[in-house]
Amino acid sequence: MKIISLKNDYVTTLLFAVVVLLAPIWLSPFGANYPDLLQKFAIFGIFAIGYNLLFGATGYLSFGHAAFLGIGSYTAVWCFKLFTMNILPAIILSTLVAGVFALFIGFICLRRSGIYFSILTLAFAQMAYSLAYSVLTPITNGETGLQLTMQDPRYIDAMAGVVVPEGLPSTNLFGISVNGYSGFYICAVVLILAFFISLKIFRSPYGLKLAAIKSNQVRMQYTGFNPRPYLISVFVISGMFAGLAGGLLAAIDPLAGAERMQWTASGEIVLMTILGGAGTLIGPLLGVLVIKYFENIFSAINESVLHEAFSFLPETLENVVVFVTHLFVGEGWHLSLGVIFVLVVTFLPGGIMELLGLIKQRYKKFRSESTSTSSSKTESKGEK
Amino acid sequence: MSTLLQIKGVNKSFGGLNALSDVNLDIEEGTIHAIIGPNGAGKSTLLNCCIGRLIPDTGSVTFNGHNMVGMKPYDINHAGMVRVFQTPEIFPSLSLLVNVMLPAFAQRDGCFKFNPFKSLYGEKEIRDRAMEELRNVGLEKAYREKAETISRGNKRRLELAMGLVQKPKLLLLDEPTAGMARLDTNRTIELLQEIKKTGVTKVIIEHDMHVVFSLADKISVLAQGAIIASGTPDEIKGNPVVIEAYLGGEVG
Repeated sequence: MKIISLKNDYVTTLLFAVVVLLAPIWLSPFGANYPDLLQKFAIFGIFAIGYNLLFGATGYLSFGHAAFLGIGSYTAVWCFKLFTMNILPAIILSTLVAGVFALFIGFICLRRSGIYFSILTLAFAQMAYSLAYSVLTPITNGETGLQLTMQDPRYIDAMAGVVVPEGLPSTNLFGISVNGYSGFYICAVVLILAFFISLKIFRSPYGLKLAAIKSNQVRMQYTGFNPRPYLISVFVISGMFAGLAGGLLAAIDPLAGAERMQWTASGEIVLMTILGGAGTLIGPLLGVLVIKYFENIFSAINESVLHEAFSFLPETLENVVVFVTHLFVGEGWHLSLGVIFVLVVTFLPGGIMELLGLIKQRYKKFRSESTSTSSSKTESKGEK
Repeated sequence: MSTLLQIKGVNKSFGGLNALSDVNLDIEEGTIHAIIGPNGAGKSTLLNCCIGRLIPDTGSVTFNGHNMVGMKPYDINHAGMVRVFQTPEIFPSLSLLVNVMLPAFAQRDGCFKFNPFKSLYGEKEIRDRAMEELRNVGLEKAYREKAETISRGNKRRLELAMGLVQKPKLLLLDEPTAGMARLDTNRTIELLQEIKKTGVTKVIIEHDMHVVFSLADKISVLAQGAIIASGTPDEIKGNPVVIEAYLGGEVG
């Protein structure tokens, strides 16, 4: 009885794995089950899980996490260019390189907390972005972005005697294509692993101390903890998750551009985490689902689709309705996302997870009330 | 009996204000030493200098043979000097149990331990120790509650449990009964007396003379940043300087 509960890490992960692997099925009613979007869900899910380890657990709001995503992407593309088109070494390398950068940036930024920490991380990310755009052009290929070329040496592939077909070779995992559903399943497996690691961290004494830092950092010191190594280590872990996500992004599409590091990209991950519920295990993933769904589906709706949808209305009314709603779709998807974000932050500071919690509470209350009324009814019957 | 904590020639000033001037104090092992004094006498500043929150301008704080001046708060904690705060410094968003488990972890694991793959549910020993300490202070029933939801008096008791669970050599209590109802105060006195039997040395800062005279082996009186008298409770009661400076009508 006790083994099969959500307290067991393996049971939770198994449940999570089933939900993730069945995503193509339960996302189809929403029209969101095509592989490109599914891959994005999984990859940004990894990014969000990593970000949540830092922001959700310790409350340190990093505003420059996209830098690690970008670093991961560049590393992966270089790995494809220099060594092999197999994605495994690429994503391992991108994770490690992002970790090294995170150690360096974290070491400096974590001297401060609160808004100063956020500003420092933002400064570092913008610095990385500008460098990638300008002086580091030999490494990053500047504005065009780093791409594969016909002249790439690919030493390991060359040594192994991999036959390159006409044109640019494509990425793979030991021969498995990274495009389409197989690509999604590769990303999904990594996502499940990432989830398991984050679950373990949240439920470890180490994770408890991170929560204590969020709760009262000053008291931590007088309790006998040195908060700094905790913060640096979790910053590095979180940066490595971001690097892993960046590496995967490059794996499904071997192209890395500087815009991946821009502050808007860093802001997006903050939005995802807060929208879903910072500090909860699956909240950030829900945030990813919502935002990526809006970005890809809402933005594709245009006026003619709306006219079709509201064609049952009288024509004048139809025109009015379409005029109002068209502001919120297509190019205007940011507007509807903004409205949702404002509503969530105002009424549900805990994000979507808080909403789910409220529903659960209501349901419990409703059930206990209905059982108590039915029991009182039987009592009164018994009296008669 | 040996001296556990020796404060020697400590000065501390904030701007032009001399909060502590040439304070000398010896705390004997195994005793309860009370520090009393009017508001603003420098009692809390003295404690802050001991635990590393403030660094004295001059002078030394020697604990268990080691100089503590300039050491980090967490290193001082591990040396065995633990403070219970006046305004509850707890982990408000965490449960009572976790609040007490954390100092227990600190005592076992040191100031940093990277064990992200160890399950929290496997930490039975720490959990049991924390529960026992909660039981000692009478909060075991509320162990699941968030610390921010309990009353101020209970927060003080929680603080006490957090200090005791580390089994410190020296416990610095900053007004342990402030904000407590009479009944709770008496319970706390009983609790402290019980701990005294286990040999934990304590320094108590207190306003409540009832608490001071029912607990302390030795009393030092601090006024305007200087120790004006030290001695046993009876000596202090009879000391005319003290009566004039502080006790006034409160005892008589």
